Amino acid sequence: MREIALHILDIAENGITAGSDLIQILIDENRIENLLKVVIKDYGKGMSPEMVRTVTDPFITTRTTRRIGLGLSLWKEAAKRCGGDFSIESEPGKGTVVTATFRYDHIDRAPIGDIAGTITILIAGNPDIDFVYDHVIDGNRFTIDTRELKGELKESLTDPALLFHLKKQMEEELKKLAGNE
Amino acid sequence: MTKISIEDLKRIREKTSKDTSLRHGATTIKITVHMGTCGIAAGAREVMNTLMEEMAQADRQDIRVVTSGCMGMCSSEPNVTVETEGEKPVMYQKMDSNRMRQVFKRHVILGEVQTDFALARI
Repeated sequence: MREIALHILDIAENGITAGSDLIQILIDENRIENLLKVVIKDYGKGMSPEMVRTVTDPFITTRTTRRIGLGLSLWKEAAKRCGGDFSIESEPGKGTVVTATFRYDHIDRAPIGDIAGTITILIAGNPDIDFVYDHVIDGNRFTIDTRELKGELKESLTDPALLFHLKKQMEEELKKLAGNE
Repeated sequence: MTKISIEDLKRIREKTSKDTSLRHGATTIKITVHMGTCGIAAGAREVMNTLMEEMAQADRQDIRVVTSGCMGMCSSEPNVTVETEGEKPVMYQKMDSNRMRQVFKRHVILGEVQTDFALARI
């Protein structure tokens, strides 16, 4: 994976497969403390302690088409090789929280990448699921909550023109956020 | 804390509101972009981006775009499946932005299956 944003798209898909109706994504870029933290939380069916223990093994997966599952394994390795840490908390019937941290300036840390694209695609591809996206850069926060947007607009977020505009707005806001040093 | 301006979104929605009556009509074509780990690593997000661009231009309310997980055909990712009502679904392999544009313009809009990079009829 060339971007953190691609990993996020991938891990968020797990929550969708687990039947969650809400996915929360937090990206916290703390350049002062040299730390990047990404938290992805779902309210899906969760995992047993046994599954949590083995899920980052590439040869463990829930799918039936193949016996290999790489998403979480790659995500964990990405964090570990950047002097970061990785954890999964999960409870059957409650949901799962995947947390990964990175040393911000580590040479192997992939760029955040097109996160606005990732979020837009998650929203566009899963109109029945809600997303809360929180992005913090050095303490300045930017939030999107599709429950709020849907409530205000009184319709689902499926219109391509609308989604395009949403993406543009996100990109602008993130640029502003990063410039606030 | 900054937030997205809902006013702007409302304006956009009003501009396109003439279509809302159509939007509630039936879906006749469903396009699935397969986004497992394999698909994403192979470039499925760019394919999906292109598809959304094309959708915005085409302004067709009977076409639905969805994402799904891996189908087990990882070596031919990014895969895209086009399902037209009353026809067998067609699965495309090794998609990129150009191929996606071609499939959208020729297959989805005009109904010509692009056999060059079709993987299978399912």
